[in-house]
Amino acid sequence: MSVTPSAEITVPKLRSATILSMLKKGLRASGRGLTDFRPIEIVPGYVPNADGSALVKLGNTVVIAGVKLEVGSPYPDTPNEGALVVSAEFMPTASPTFEPGPPDENAIELARVIDRSLREIKAIDMEKLVIVPGRRVWVVYVDIYVLDHDGNLVDASSIAALAALMDTKLPKVEVDELGNVKVDRNSRSGPLQLRHKVVTVSIAKAENVLFVDPDIEEERVCETKLVITVSDDGRIAGMQKSGLGALSVEEVVRATEIALKVSKDLLVIVEKSLTRPT
Amino acid sequence: MGRVKLLREDGLRHDGRKPDELRPIRMQVGVLNKASGSALVEYGATKVLAAVHGPREIPQKHLLLPNRAILRCRYHMLTFSTHERKSPAPSRREIELSKVIREALEPVVMAEVFPRTAIDIFIEVINADGGTRTASVTAASLALADAGIPMRDLVVGVAVGKVDGVLVLDIDEVEDMYGEADMPVAVAPSLGLVTLLQLNGVLTREEFDEALKLALKGAQVIYNIARETLKSRYLGVKVEE
Repeated sequence: MSVTPSAEITVPKLRSATILSMLKKGLRASGRGLTDFRPIEIVPGYVPNADGSALVKLGNTVVIAGVKLEVGSPYPDTPNEGALVVSAEFMPTASPTFEPGPPDENAIELARVIDRSLREIKAIDMEKLVIVPGRRVWVVYVDIYVLDHDGNLVDASSIAALAALMDTKLPKVEVDELGNVKVDRNSRSGPLQLRHKVVTVSIAKAENVLFVDPDIEEERVCETKLVITVSDDGRIAGMQKSGLGALSVEEVVRATEIALKVSKDLLVIVEKSLTRPT
Repeated sequence: MGRVKLLREDGLRHDGRKPDELRPIRMQVGVLNKASGSALVEYGATKVLAAVHGPREIPQKHLLLPNRAILRCRYHMLTFSTHERKSPAPSRREIELSKVIREALEPVVMAEVFPRTAIDIFIEVINADGGTRTASVTAASLALADAGIPMRDLVVGVAVGKVDGVLVLDIDEVEDMYGEADMPVAVAPSLGLVTLLQLNGVLTREEFDEALKLALKGAQVIYNIARETLKSRYLGVKVEE
């Protein structure tokens, strides 16, 4: 059952009043502009044992995403395509309010938003993931762990997931005449083929002002958020209103415009982090 | 995949509807005896029952909030509501939908009137043929009104989809499964607020603006039916001296 949450981390009244009164003037307590992200640091290949991975710091928010490829059976309705499984966990390291245990509704929502972002636009070339047609395919597991929570977990996770997928190299496989598949993780047959790159842009609303990348205090005082997934060809590849409040139609349209603009810079940042000479 | 023809030669949809046409919509309130409020809502073959209990005290005092009532919401599908039997265990989808439906209702419920209580909303999908979450929002909002809980507006839901390149209103399961996009929307029409918005699929900027307009148009029709449903149930009721 989904329950109205209590304010897990309370922002002092004076502080929240400051944040809100500054927002009314188009300013942010952190000194950022309304459409400025915090500094983004991406470390691809952070986990050598993963088939692809990335550590992402978005300000003080830290997220790690890892990709593992496993040989599995295709879904009956897509016999000649690989499969994608996305999961997310909010670790107890990330916040004093996070308890160990199975993912709660927030973690499930986050994972499903990222899953749809990647799936609907067919970001991964699933047809390239067939090992034995109709029988054996690669299953791409994207697992996201939130290590430190200072707000905007969705965008940090979407950047981490994209960077980890771009970092992924397929293990070599051998198929014998009986159709048995042998995986050799010590050698790689090539990179995972991506058809599109997508990122989410979460737009927060408070005092009828829209702004991007809310930190944890801004998240506490904002009324609601709209997560918008944008692809590298400038299309909208997903959306999710998340949080208690609501937006006017005009605000939804304006949020979309902001997301389309800001996403370009984000994609450039991810791209750069992976093409950097190592 | 998806070589199912969703749009016919004559421009009508697979079930004969025009692109901007809703399915037949039926609503009833006060269908249950023991609940504080209830509603049964049908969008075509999609059939959803919602029950509200409360505002009430609950044993889990730690959940309660000092300044308002909490909303607790469960979206749940009956095992035989779908083509394949649905496992009775709560799915990730049901957990997510319980959250987005609760968050679609939060902006209109005047929870501040009932501090330290819980308002429980139970949604049972009896038959699923697409648009279950949007029918759920409509049913839940009617059940809340039927329970006499003060609200700023009713919320109604409708999904817009894209099939064979055309934007269509109130998609059913086939259109959802084989279409290119599914965009469930819930709105509080009198307040002009969007309280639920999801997009599963890909749209261009222009298509999105168009889809949003189509959703608002459909929502207005559903809103009128919802209001009529409540009126016809309660307008004849006299307050006792």
